[in-house]
Amino acid sequence: MLAYLVAVWLLLVGLYGVITSRHLVHLVLCLGVMQASTYVLLLAIGWRTGGAAPIFVDIPPRTPVVDPVVQALTLTDVVVEATVVAVLLALTVQAHKRFGTCDPDALGALRG
Amino acid sequence: MTRRVRIVLGLGSLAVLSGLLVWGVTGLPDLGHPRGPYADLAPRMMLDERHVANAVTGVTFDLRGFDTLGEEMILFAAALGAAVLLRAQRTEHEAEAAAAMEEERGPGTADALRALGAVLVGPVLLLGVYVVVHGALTPGGGFQGGVLLAGALLLVYAAGQVAAIRRVRPVALVEVADAVGAGAYMLVAVAGLVFGVAVMDNVLPFGTTGSLLSGGTVPVLSIAVGVEVTAAVTLILSEFVDQMLLRHGDG
Repeated sequence: MLAYLVAVWLLLVGLYGVITSRHLVHLVLCLGVMQASTYVLLLAIGWRTGGAAPIFVDIPPRTPVVDPVVQALTLTDVVVEATVVAVLLALTVQAHKRFGTCDPDALGALRG
Repeated sequence: MTRRVRIVLGLGSLAVLSGLLVWGVTGLPDLGHPRGPYADLAPRMMLDERHVANAVTGVTFDLRGFDTLGEEMILFAAALGAAVLLRAQRTEHEAEAAAAMEEERGPGTADALRALGAVLVGPVLLLGVYVVVHGALTPGGGFQGGVLLAGALLLVYAAGQVAAIRRVRPVALVEVADAVGAGAYMLVAVAGLVFGVAVMDNVLPFGTTGSLLSGGTVPVLSIAVGVEVTAAVTLILSEFVDQMLLRHGDG
């Protein structure tokens, strides 16, 4: 239960950062924090008490292991987050060049 | 909407959302007892039918291979998008001039950092290659190893040798590698259709569990992804480095 609540907390604290952000780079990083909550949630769902890592190199073939499917999903998640952050930071550079500011509020006044 | 109104509205929504989320997670399975058959079936299938020791890599490149194809395309499109966005603001000529200026000025980084960067490049490159090719056996795979390899190239930059990084990552070569990685994955996917029964069918011999070539197409796809990730991450990072050089040039 605690792990699920950690995921909820990460999502909420990231969203709070996005809402109150005064700088686009800060905003993008807060989005990253929000996405981190999905990693925690996925890994928590696949966790098996006492389970080994799902890599059968030095453990017997039928050892109980944690769920590898959600771990693969988490891998996808990490890649997507990295690409989202890259594109958003590129947009931030573009916004700063064009409008001379990275404050989301000031950008709104400049018709974004 | 003023900032104050937005924050009040946002905090209200956050309170509602937190209530809903906490209510939602109470319905999830108890921590430590995954439900559903796949937690048990996936590692068993990977080990018995595919001879892949690392079930996570097996799931990524075999069971969920088609999803990973989409993921590859996301990465490809994002690298392309970031490069297009960042290049829209400069000409090649400007970038060359900025780099030349940087070279003249000499690296401003500390000697200790330069030495550490130079020392680490080799080991990190080796580790990256190891992680990519052993994806089916030990923790790791194409994505993880690819980021390590791109990190090694970034270390060259951290060592303060901007001129050197321009030599080790000729932009054209990186772009071609990006496309080759994505294309190779596509080809393996289509090979399943040609030589097997469906797209992403694992058509290669599975080999012996624990050997480097076990898992059929799994290690092949891992290497394809490794090439693509290395190129995509290098491309993105080097575009940002160029931006920084341009700013130095302006200042």
